[in-house]
Amino acid sequence: MAESIFRTLRDGALEGELAPTLTIKDSLSSPFAFHVFSHILLQLSSHIIAQKSQSHGIVIVALSRSPSFYAALFKNKGVELASSNTRVHVLDCYTDPLGWKDKTRESGNFIDPSHEISISTSCYKTVKDIDKLFLAITELGRGLVGENKARICVAIDSLSELLRHASLQSVASLLSNLRSNDQISSIFGLLHSDLHEERTAAALEYMSSIVASVEPAHHSSENSLTEKNFTKGKFNVRFKRRNGRVRATCEEFKVEAGEISFASFSAEDGTTISGLLPKVQFNLQLSEKEQNDRAKVVLPFEHQGNGRPIQIYDGRRSLEENSSEGPPLSRGKKEDSSLGEIIYFRDSDDEMPDSDEDPDDDLDI
Amino acid sequence: MEHKDLNLLNEALGHHNNLYGRFLLLEDSVDTSAAFVLHQILKRSFSSHPSSAVIFLALSNPFSHYDRILRKIGCNLAAQRDNNRFFFIDMLMLQCPDEGKPNHDRFAAVFEKIVRVINTLPQDNKKFVTVMIDDISFLEVAANGSLNDVLDFLHYCYTLTSEYGCAFVALDHKDIYLNEEKPAIILEMEHLADILVKAEPLATGLAKDVHGQLMVLHKQTQHQHGISPVKIHNFHFKIKENSIDCFYPGTKI
Repeated sequence: MAESIFRTLRDGALEGELAPTLTIKDSLSSPFAFHVFSHILLQLSSHIIAQKSQSHGIVIVALSRSPSFYAALFKNKGVELASSNTRVHVLDCYTDPLGWKDKTRESGNFIDPSHEISISTSCYKTVKDIDKLFLAITELGRGLVGENKARICVAIDSLSELLRHASLQSVASLLSNLRSNDQISSIFGLLHSDLHEERTAAALEYMSSIVASVEPAHHSSENSLTEKNFTKGKFNVRFKRRNGRVRATCEEFKVEAGEISFASFSAEDGTTISGLLPKVQFNLQLSEKEQNDRAKVVLPFEHQGNGRPIQIYDGRRSLEENSSEGPPLSRGKKEDSSLGEIIYFRDSDDEMPDSDEDPDDDLDI
Repeated sequence: MEHKDLNLLNEALGHHNNLYGRFLLLEDSVDTSAAFVLHQILKRSFSSHPSSAVIFLALSNPFSHYDRILRKIGCNLAAQRDNNRFFFIDMLMLQCPDEGKPNHDRFAAVFEKIVRVINTLPQDNKKFVTVMIDDISFLEVAANGSLNDVLDFLHYCYTLTSEYGCAFVALDHKDIYLNEEKPAIILEMEHLADILVKAEPLATGLAKDVHGQLMVLHKQTQHQHGISPVKIHNFHFKIKENSIDCFYPGTKI
């Protein structure tokens, strides 16, 4: 499913539609959203560099990782930076989000640590001003692709950090401005859902066409810090189509040596499926043998017929039966006179059998 | 034997230079204080490299307190201070806010102080700086309860790990936050932390020979030195007069 997320982001926005937006959610019990984020980022940027996607450039809004981290990430994964410099740009909101270092520098105490960052970076120092941030992103985008109609992709590495600096309203308006901008091809961002109220996460999910959430494979109430949860997990994806159709899928992921790999839950494997179902004390599913056995069971009333059609007395049919088969009195006698029998004559045929009328209604006491 | 036992904590924290470029969060509770881990890391940082330095932001205890304790476990802080390897930033008075001045200005000033100290160090020593905060909860007191200001300050401290390759060590108490299962600040810090050390009382109750248990969690993080795998260590400890004993559950007779 990670593949189809990537395809959606790569293919970008249709003319006159909002740009596809992906929100990657995680929580402390399975903190792998960043792995997913960097996985998608790497795939997407290698396609952008090879000019195989709609977007011609990517702007990384870095709030939780330093530009040098991204430079190292691209270098380690063999994405060529010499050519990517014109395609990949980091908007650095990490190093100095509030301009404190700027002040220090003015007073002459700050010496810039010498860093050779092989990725083009521009610093942004007023993170609290979200409107300006929008302008900065779109301006960078124009710088990357020039004045032509080409689009760019925007990656925000921590929506949580953004939400800490600004209100939900302003972050939501930033996202919707980005989505509706005809310069933007696709957007993806990362959210630590346990840091926010439910409504905050829900508001952002409304605005995203794809929500990918990373969850622990095993829920343990006592202590979620088991080693298993730090290598594996579930990857739930919810696609929202334009027509409102929602498709939800679930995959398994594994993290090894910093790489994340996805595999589908194999449907044939019964144990995997039973692992997905909530733990209950009884079986919700039947095996094939159990189903066969069940089909063979003869239900209680089926014993009575012995091949003949079964007649079940419903308390209303005696009239017709009497007229067609003769009086029950004579029939009973023919069969076996030694058995006891009940002889019953109906008082009048006017009265419907088993009527609800009170027979003592006309009594005058 | 004692030396070997102490290695269990050192082993869990990784080899000596392992902390540089990373953020270690210590979490403790009223029942089990993790201050001793802070002392051990402090001692360790001096022996990690001949030119290493420590910048210590003290909010809960004065210098004399740390000097006395570290002397007992075999480390002379006063001498290190004179050698310009230990920088003690006394912030005990930070909790008296001067009215009218916004919190973030005060925190920005503290941060400026830290950067200034780092910049006074020789170029080679800058790579081996440990920044320590002995109590995050007091930062919150100093900020008049403004969580955002504290987190901004911590973020700036965190940027030092990527900019200079500093180690950043901070202690917080997890049980002092009001009627919340998981307080926001702890969650934020845990998301940020590369290494998490939790000190907890024994699950089975109080014991004479065991003072508590430690959990050391290394997250799988990509940092300058490559990728480090996930590791979880669990062990018990006993605090003695001059040292600590660390041992696996059940191995202490």
